[in-house]
Amino acid sequence: MSLNMYQYLAKNMADPESSILTALSASPETSIPDTWAFSLSQNLDHNTVVGLSKSLEGDAYVSLRELSTQFYVLSSEAEEILTNGSQEMRVLRALVNSGEGGMAMAELENVVGKDICKIGMGNCLKNKWAKKEKDGRLVAVVGEMNDEVRDMLGLLKESSGDAAALDDKALAALKRRKLISLVTRKSYSITRGPAYAPQRVKKAADLTKEMLDSGKWKDTPFKPYNFQTLGETVGGGYLHPLLKVRAELRKILMEMGFQEMPTNKWVESSFWNFDSLFQPQSHPARDAHDTFFIKEPAQTISVPEDYYERVKTMHEVGGSGSIGYRYDFKREEAFKNLLRTHTTAISSQMLYKLANQEGGFQPARYFSIDRVFRNETMDATHLCEFHQVEGLVADYNLSLGDLIGTIETFFRKIGITKLRFKPAFNPYTEPSMEIFGYHPDLKKWTEIGNSGMFRPEMLTPMGLPENVRVIAWGLSLERPTMIKYRIDNIRNLFGHKVDMGMTKNAPVCRFEKANEEAENQ
Amino acid sequence: MPTVAIERTALFTHLGRTYTDAEFDELCFEFGVELDEITSEREEATKSSTEVIYKIDVPANRYDLLCIEGISRSLRVFLGDMEAPTYQIVSPTEEASSTMTVVQSSTATIRPFVVCAILRDVTFDEARYKSFIELQDQLHRNLCRQRTLVAIGTHDLDSVKGPFKYDARSPKDIRFVPLTHTEEQREFDGASLMECYETDANCKHLKPYVPIIKNSPLRITLNTKNVFIECTATDLTKANIVLDTVVAMFSEYAAVPFSVEPVTVNYVNDDNSIVKSYVTPQMYTRKETTSVKFVNSLIGIDVDPEPMAELCNKIQLGPARLLPAPSEEEGPILEVTVPPTRSDILHAVDIAEDIAVAYGYNNIVKTVPKTCTVGGEQPLNHLGDLLREEIGRAGYVEVLTHGLCSIKDNFTALGRPVTAAVSLSNPANVEYQVVRTTLLPGLLKTLQHNKSMSFTGGFKLFEISDVVLPDDKHVVTETIVGAKNARRVCATYAGPTSGFEVIHGLVDRIMTLCEVAPEEEYVASSGNKTNKLVHCKEGWAYTIRELKAGESDVSGTYFPGRAAEILLTSPKGGHRVVVGTFGILHPNVLENFDINYPTSAVELDLESLL
Repeated sequence: MSLNMYQYLAKNMADPESSILTALSASPETSIPDTWAFSLSQNLDHNTVVGLSKSLEGDAYVSLRELSTQFYVLSSEAEEILTNGSQEMRVLRALVNSGEGGMAMAELENVVGKDICKIGMGNCLKNKWAKKEKDGRLVAVVGEMNDEVRDMLGLLKESSGDAAALDDKALAALKRRKLISLVTRKSYSITRGPAYAPQRVKKAADLTKEMLDSGKWKDTPFKPYNFQTLGETVGGGYLHPLLKVRAELRKILMEMGFQEMPTNKWVESSFWNFDSLFQPQSHPARDAHDTFFIKEPAQTISVPEDYYERVKTMHEVGGSGSIGYRYDFKREEAFKNLLRTHTTAISSQMLYKLANQEGGFQPARYFSIDRVFRNETMDATHLCEFHQVEGLVADYNLSLGDLIGTIETFFRKIGITKLRFKPAFNPYTEPSMEIFGYHPDLKKWTEIGNSGMFRPEMLTPMGLPENVRVIAWGLSLERPTMIKYRIDNIRNLFGHKVDMGMTKNAPVCRFEKANEEAENQ
Repeated sequence: MPTVAIERTALFTHLGRTYTDAEFDELCFEFGVELDEITSEREEATKSSTEVIYKIDVPANRYDLLCIEGISRSLRVFLGDMEAPTYQIVSPTEEASSTMTVVQSSTATIRPFVVCAILRDVTFDEARYKSFIELQDQLHRNLCRQRTLVAIGTHDLDSVKGPFKYDARSPKDIRFVPLTHTEEQREFDGASLMECYETDANCKHLKPYVPIIKNSPLRITLNTKNVFIECTATDLTKANIVLDTVVAMFSEYAAVPFSVEPVTVNYVNDDNSIVKSYVTPQMYTRKETTSVKFVNSLIGIDVDPEPMAELCNKIQLGPARLLPAPSEEEGPILEVTVPPTRSDILHAVDIAEDIAVAYGYNNIVKTVPKTCTVGGEQPLNHLGDLLREEIGRAGYVEVLTHGLCSIKDNFTALGRPVTAAVSLSNPANVEYQVVRTTLLPGLLKTLQHNKSMSFTGGFKLFEISDVVLPDDKHVVTETIVGAKNARRVCATYAGPTSGFEVIHGLVDRIMTLCEVAPEEEYVASSGNKTNKLVHCKEGWAYTIRELKAGESDVSGTYFPGRAAEILLTSPKGGHRVVVGTFGILHPNVLENFDINYPTSAVELDLESLL
């Protein structure tokens, strides 16, 4: 080849795109029947040709049709057979050469090699070309034979692996010996597209600062934008869905005139968590099954002693119209430290402070949303830690009707308008009510909270005036969040196993505003 | 909340009415119990029948609803189908069996109390017998706290004759055939029985109850006519409640329904002189009063005195009557009869609640309290929420992790020595050994579980939450428990490079947001002028200083030479205080948490910025 020829090839290879477009230039009907053959003929890399063809198709310069070609390729063993003959033929030759005495196995292995001996000997015996003597020697029973296997492989190779070169039986035999395997090649046929031109004019994908500076944007053609794909993922951070709901509920409660309680106190004394609430010391909730007790620091160091005495008296003998629980109140039980089982341990302290503040009792509305701990069996809806939402109102002569009204106002704000109340039991409230709501997302009645009026046995020892009553209700933060964000396992909401993808995709927390009209229908 | 399983057909027979499941569910809701589950087979699978079973959740303080007799009786009264029964204590038919002598010297330190009663001419059938046993099981499980407070024993009075003696003996001096070995009539002494219960798989579960294992010849059978009931206890009040409950439920089947024979319990000294004495069962019916006005005001209803007295009959507080008003102001007084089964009635509010139930909770007109208050938030929570928004805006993903942690994750995996932390005495598993003293492990475990996220541009996490530190000085509500919550901000950056500067930048950003100026020296050397422009609070400043290896308990967490302390000066303290640290995490720490990317972290005390 002349130097010019090399230069010509190099130029052509540098611009395969124009090779494709030129190949279609003769007439509108001209086509490239197969990119594979085309690439071979043009000395181009097939993958490059395919990539460019797809890019040209994107700009409508060409149309593509996918082709799929199946052909056989020869294994390295088959290539070896083509050169040296099949194993059985090489074994037969060795045996024929050894004469009538034949050969012992070890001898044969030495002559033809171990692998060839193994396969070839088997086939010779199967073809009845050789026999095994009693002493184990192998003896040829025929002379030179046709090497059919080599011939078949030869035919296949000559036809570039075309299956038509052999019959099915022959192909099956070769496949069984793992000498050939079928492969599929993807290629394309190319015809002109609607926007065909012999030379492609590059379209810009985006408007750039450089175009603005140079004014090039005026005569630059732009690629069409694909409006059927999602936009790029927004960067930046994301807030946790449970805490988004917490923020919304805090806002709602503050709108309702509730003041937040300082609940940043996880370790609590049994005294505040149970005794101050008039929960008897033998109550099952105080078992290790339900409550996490603390090994270190195991004991509370001090409590308000005057108040402690009043609580003890109330448990033991009652007072203010109550007969009490009539048992021996134990100091060591009251001083056992634990992880608070409810935020009511804080509500109790707030009420105590409300009764004993300077200037005496003033009506109040309090709320909190914070963690509580239960030594529970964990499952899809229960963890040892969860968040409790609690609200309470303390004022003179409040009634159960006031509690129902307050609860309705709250739930209306989070989109639950249909409520029913079930009598219930709670050691520190009387009357007590379980709150059931018709959930618009679940489309069914479900328990959504607990409520009641704190017992006089709880309030009197604090020093609250006799006709001050306290109404309260509570719910978990996790349950409404799981319903809102359609999460069915609490581990996907709380803890280190939460998928950050879930956090990223969680919508803002908006509760449906109750639709009065629809509801009244 | 205890659950009672009852066969539906048997229940409807007791009620004398039938319901659809939905109707019965509604009745339960109004009455205040919950039809929890409708199943077709008994749990114990002793029956092959496909009898429908109602599983009813009853309130934990209503021991009178723990059996079919009690539930059906209460519902019938609630529906107005029967009047509440009147229990009567009749004189003993046989003198000998009606005394129980308690040897005080031996029992006082073990189980000091006993109360007894005798049911005469009881007719058992299979269902009643079963219910009788199940009620005792329910009581043992609930009120009796697994027999630690009260243990019930029931005996066939025709197999044993009084007078009875309650005494405590050494285990080896006690001989009897336990119920578990009735068939083989094998006799045990106390010690060998304990041994048997240690080793025999069939009765291992009985071991905790050993002091009260019953003697076989005295067991109650279907043919038993006369039942002697004794309850030994460490709590006399509860023993009486238990005995009264059993008597109230099963005296219905006595020849004279709702009658019971008393037993005199005498406590004697070693010289046999009687120290004290009482007669049980108490079956004490009390009269309690409350004013009509109080009930109306507490519930928020307006029911006239007579209809209110009527409502009392529906909820087994009848007969109720009206007493003349002591004053114009207070109005008429309502006197109700509290039966022995209603040990839950402690105060007038309990009566008011029952009247509200009879009235129907869902018939109460809702009102809104007139209370005038102003809403507000805790400053610490407010600051936390503001910073959450800002740190989120800075590209960090918020996490919410558990407050309980293993000692390994909280200390050793972070390359820190094990120091004081609040530890749990009954952790459910190793993950709940201590309350965390740092937020870092939660974030690192989150990284570990989110390996599929893209780390190429840096993966940033943060959390604002509490840790708990031992503190025997911290006072809340005149109470010292020995621990204190501390609110922290923690953030991590993980990516192809460590992101040390990124985390460092977050520290500066948080300070800017909290109006804290960098100390002049610090900002001068950084050459960064922008921080000089922000508005800052008077008297507040911060700087950072290299945290050298081994200098503090937390330095092992960081890569040597790539760790810093954050020092804050505020008007409160007046001098520099360490409020946090940041740095590149040590590769050993990364390995402990199975993290493959270089990671930097900051943990900062939020309360100091308040």
